[in-house]
Amino acid sequence: MSAVSSPMSRVGQRRQKKVKGPALFEHDDRTGWMFISPFAIGLVVFIIVPIFMALWVSMTDWSGISPPLKATNVGLKNYQTLLVDDGLRRSDFALSIKNNFYYVIFVVPIQTMLAFVLAVIVHQKFLKGKSFFRLAFFFPSITSSIAVSLIFKFIFQIDGLANAVFPGKPVNWFGNSRGLLHNFLGVFGVNKAPSWLQGRFVGLSLWDWLSGPSVAMSAIMACVIWTTSGTLMLIFLGGLQNIPVELDEASILDGASGWKRMWLITFPMVRPQLFLVLVLGLIGTWQVFDQVYAMSFGGPDKSTITPAFWIYYQSFRNGSAGLGAALAVILCAIISVFTYIQRRLVSDKGVEG
Amino acid sequence: MSVVIGQKSGLDAYELTLRNDRRKALVVKVIAYSILILAALVYIMPFVLSAISSFKSDPDISKHPVAFKFDRAMGSPSLDGVRGLNRDSITFPRWTLNSIFVTTVVVGGRLIIASFGGYALARMKFKGQKYFFSLMLLVMGIPHIVLAIPQFIVMKQMNILNTYWAMILPMMFDCADLLVMKQFMEQIPKEMEESAAIDGATRFQTFRQIVLPMAVPGLLTLLILRTVGVWNEFLKVLIAVPAAPQLKTLPVGLASLQGEFGSSTPWASILSGALITTMPMAILFFVFQRFFRQGLNSGAVKG
Repeated sequence: MSAVSSPMSRVGQRRQKKVKGPALFEHDDRTGWMFISPFAIGLVVFIIVPIFMALWVSMTDWSGISPPLKATNVGLKNYQTLLVDDGLRRSDFALSIKNNFYYVIFVVPIQTMLAFVLAVIVHQKFLKGKSFFRLAFFFPSITSSIAVSLIFKFIFQIDGLANAVFPGKPVNWFGNSRGLLHNFLGVFGVNKAPSWLQGRFVGLSLWDWLSGPSVAMSAIMACVIWTTSGTLMLIFLGGLQNIPVELDEASILDGASGWKRMWLITFPMVRPQLFLVLVLGLIGTWQVFDQVYAMSFGGPDKSTITPAFWIYYQSFRNGSAGLGAALAVILCAIISVFTYIQRRLVSDKGVEG
Repeated sequence: MSVVIGQKSGLDAYELTLRNDRRKALVVKVIAYSILILAALVYIMPFVLSAISSFKSDPDISKHPVAFKFDRAMGSPSLDGVRGLNRDSITFPRWTLNSIFVTTVVVGGRLIIASFGGYALARMKFKGQKYFFSLMLLVMGIPHIVLAIPQFIVMKQMNILNTYWAMILPMMFDCADLLVMKQFMEQIPKEMEESAAIDGATRFQTFRQIVLPMAVPGLLTLLILRTVGVWNEFLKVLIAVPAAPQLKTLPVGLASLQGEFGSSTPWASILSGALITTMPMAILFFVFQRFFRQGLNSGAVKG
């Protein structure tokens, strides 16, 4: 590589390429499309066309069962039902957004911190059995989300392992729809909405908005954090391994303490990975479905319904595919924001996503 | 103290800080190991408990859901759980075969599609390539659940719902596959292809005889990662075969166990089912660990 550096040789290279060029790139228009056509056809039929169909379905009253092409166009009525009209469908939608929001703001920071701490420890030079720990933490990531969800459901039964390990009164995890924040306020005797929280916003009272994740949702969060942290840990490890040894050694010679090195070297050096982990987390957590389906099916009292689950439920179980599609379009808009941020990061920092 | 030592000689002070550092290092080690071992326990115990529990008898598992040993008085160890996986509409043997079949076909197809497509993106220049590539990037971020309803309609119109096709086709086309293969193929030295072209080889010959053999490590990485992904896929299969219980794959079949036994949850069977669903991927994982790490580093995960 470095041998070819003088301007002369570069000119020579360019000329060579020109000579070889035609032989290599002669029929590229045709061959190119031929090579990519199996994918291109599938992409159009199963992704591009469906995207437009999703928009179209969201403006019909299709039930999900009747012949789809005979559905009547209802314009923006489904969106109005979800966002504007007072009623159960709007408050359910608000509930799903609220549930998922609390899920996100608990899961993303916790799994990121856990993954980072584990990565830093596993990266230590003195550590023996590195590959064992790496295996143990990563293993859940390759198991079926349904299998893991059911294992966790087993563990979070009222007489299960979780209650046996943690001290205190046994918790009926999947039978408890009360919000954690409400529980916390209950400790101080606040069990009802104070007057200033009785206003309403998109079909829910402010007091309901401030519930925190339900107890049942917390069990789902535990399961997801447990599953994903291993993958995220490996991403951090990749970043840690890229830190030049000289940098660490130099800082040790300069007398920097462990904490100082963490703040001044490790953190800045794994910043790209940190952003990646955060954004991947945000994109993934806004789509949570499998765990909800297998562990709680939205219950108890709809306290674990999420937009993704509600799309499925409305479309395939409740005969309101039009409404489900409208919800899908809204969810897509939410996630696009994070995907856009991720793309910007990938192109700015050269991180793989 | 330290002032006195500082006055005595530099060497002593150095030794003292060294000893101090060693003590600190020991504390750090103890803390690090305790955190890791605790975390490892939290990660491993659920699997161990559920593996043991899947061989408990039904009365044993409801009496002692936390015990890591069998209660012989209650008939454990027993194969109650496994037996419950093959009766009436619960057909785990069939579901296992479905999983193997669907995973093989989908992953095989995806590797072929991705190597052709990835090569075109990596090495060819064709009209509209830039637009096509941006289109791919654009649709990559669209969540599966958003496409679920319209894909269902497409399959309904094609009249393939409740067939293997309905599971296979929607899983077949993934933009991330092409991006990964593109990356791998860009790393193959161009010179060999160029000399092949000079020798008069066609594009296809160059691709088959030079590029593909050199892309084998990349293909293997993709093979392993996608096998895990397709094997564990839930939502797409759930939607594809709503009225054909015999066509379920393992995850979808496993999820349907909860409601099939009436009121009480058949934990022994569910945990046996979870074990059967997990086992093949666990073996794959332990045999091919290297590829998982490579795949993660090349950005092939979470695409």
